[in-house]
Amino acid sequence: MEMIPLPQISVGAIAPELTLVAAAMIILMLEVFTISKGRDNLAYVALAAVGVAGYLVIESLGSPMTTFSKMYVVDDFSGFIKLVCLLGAGMTILMSVKYTRDEGIDGGEYYSLLLFATTGMFFMVSGADLITIFLGLETMSISLYALAGYARGRLASNEASIKYFILGALSSAFMLYGMSMIYGAAGVTNLHEIARIIGQNKENIHLVMLGGGLVLIGFAFKISAVPFHMWTPDVYQGAPTPITAFMSAGPKAAAFAAFIRVFSDALISLQYQWWIIVWILAVLTMTVGNLIALSQENIKRMFAYSSIAHAGYILVGFTAGGKLGESAMLFYLLIYTFMNIGAFAIVAIVGQQGEERTSVSDFAGLGYRHPLLGLAMVALLFSLAGIPPTAGFWGKYYLFTAALDQGYVWLAILAALNSVIAVFYYLRVIVVMYMREEKGESLPQNAFPASIVVVILVAIYGSVLLGITPGGYLALAASSSLAH
Amino acid sequence: MNQYIPVLLMFAAGAGVAVAMLGLSELLGPKLRFREKMEPFECGENQVVSPKRRFSVRFYLIAMMFIIFDIEAVFLFPWAVVFQSLGLFGFVEMMIFILVLAVGLVYVWKKGALEWE
Repeated sequence: MEMIPLPQISVGAIAPELTLVAAAMIILMLEVFTISKGRDNLAYVALAAVGVAGYLVIESLGSPMTTFSKMYVVDDFSGFIKLVCLLGAGMTILMSVKYTRDEGIDGGEYYSLLLFATTGMFFMVSGADLITIFLGLETMSISLYALAGYARGRLASNEASIKYFILGALSSAFMLYGMSMIYGAAGVTNLHEIARIIGQNKENIHLVMLGGGLVLIGFAFKISAVPFHMWTPDVYQGAPTPITAFMSAGPKAAAFAAFIRVFSDALISLQYQWWIIVWILAVLTMTVGNLIALSQENIKRMFAYSSIAHAGYILVGFTAGGKLGESAMLFYLLIYTFMNIGAFAIVAIVGQQGEERTSVSDFAGLGYRHPLLGLAMVALLFSLAGIPPTAGFWGKYYLFTAALDQGYVWLAILAALNSVIAVFYYLRVIVVMYMREEKGESLPQNAFPASIVVVILVAIYGSVLLGITPGGYLALAASSSLAH
Repeated sequence: MNQYIPVLLMFAAGAGVAVAMLGLSELLGPKLRFREKMEPFECGENQVVSPKRRFSVRFYLIAMMFIIFDIEAVFLFPWAVVFQSLGLFGFVEMMIFILVLAVGLVYVWKKGALEWE
């Protein structure tokens, strides 16, 4: 009997993903076999898996390899983004422990969906093939649709889930249609091969452009770039706060990573066509996000628009491209994860049970009632606003200098103007915290479990100390960029 | 592009025939219109119940699980055909695939999603 030749595979390359999937399945089994006792422990199983996966990712840094018939690539670029995703997942798990217990939604499914979503992100960032990227994107998205509606009893959460699902499915359709056109023109789905074939053969270039445009729409939806941002405010506001924090960090980083890989690898020969589109997207995203954030009364909604604006800043780095632009994007994605999840952790604390206190005015007098919590919020908001010497400032600085370096002077000016607008709505929260008359009562003593304090401390470390000594992380980001 | 022109013509011819048939029967055919006949539901009979009924969510759960195991069968048949030429690797790979689905089955079973009451 003749043996069927099997492709060369390296299981070691996907060891972090295997860890996450195995842990997700173990958590599901623990959930159904250990009934209601020790539910909190499931969070720590998930956290341990995130830790092990992180260790395995760090081990794989510096030794790039391509495996699974060139569909899967492990390099420093994917490693860096994977660490950002794991950081987001780990912080989310920690801040979920108390939240899910309070809301009565504690269960193994919650944590296993988080791990499955993280696995999807891993496959997205490591995908060297359109099919792998799409599969990873769907694994991530479907888990997120379920997580957005996880607070089943709350109408807003249901609404968030349905909206996210319908619009997400639409954007996936766009992306898949675009991919099929690129495949139709090039005849392959491997990113390197696509670049090689369309670089040599210009015959089907219009089909590739159309396909590339549709794929761009799919990615723009996932990173919530204007005008594909409509889902973001409703979903961010309605989803459980830890899930909102999670969605704003990891999935965005993963979508950016796949975006970079597809456009600066497979479609590099069309660079002169797509950079202007990304330029416009960046300006629109920053401006619309910041302007609408000014008038928001609900703090989760305000952070949703702020996250749209931040996607715009990152697109500035994408427009600039090259080693400088890419490493600035990677660095910004890292610190954005720290500061945004930290801010959402504080929103979750103040929101209390049922998320009833999520308007900006609920923060009135917080700086006096809980000085340390107020101080932490100030630090995180300063970082989000990009006030020196926080990490947020340096992140923006590197992004904008990358744009200047490539000669995009207007883009850098518009980005700088936008960060001035943003200062207004971040400072408004601080003004409310310290200068508005105190009306609410203090938070209960049990509002500050160790798990969430750890999240806030990590966030403060990332958004303040990383600004003062960014050296190591910046070097890591620089060595992780795809461009050389 | 030229090789696609016959396909385009085919589309046009197909659409033309369909439109012509519907249009001609609308123009020439005898018509008797009354309220029941215009109802989309039950085709000319008086409506007995509203078409907007609620279905138990269990139908969807069962349908979803059916699809999952249906797809498993789709993978199992070709695997069984070339089982020997795939060797040990193919066996282990498929066992892992089945294990993943089995975990899902155990989960829905223990959660009570398979009980009709």
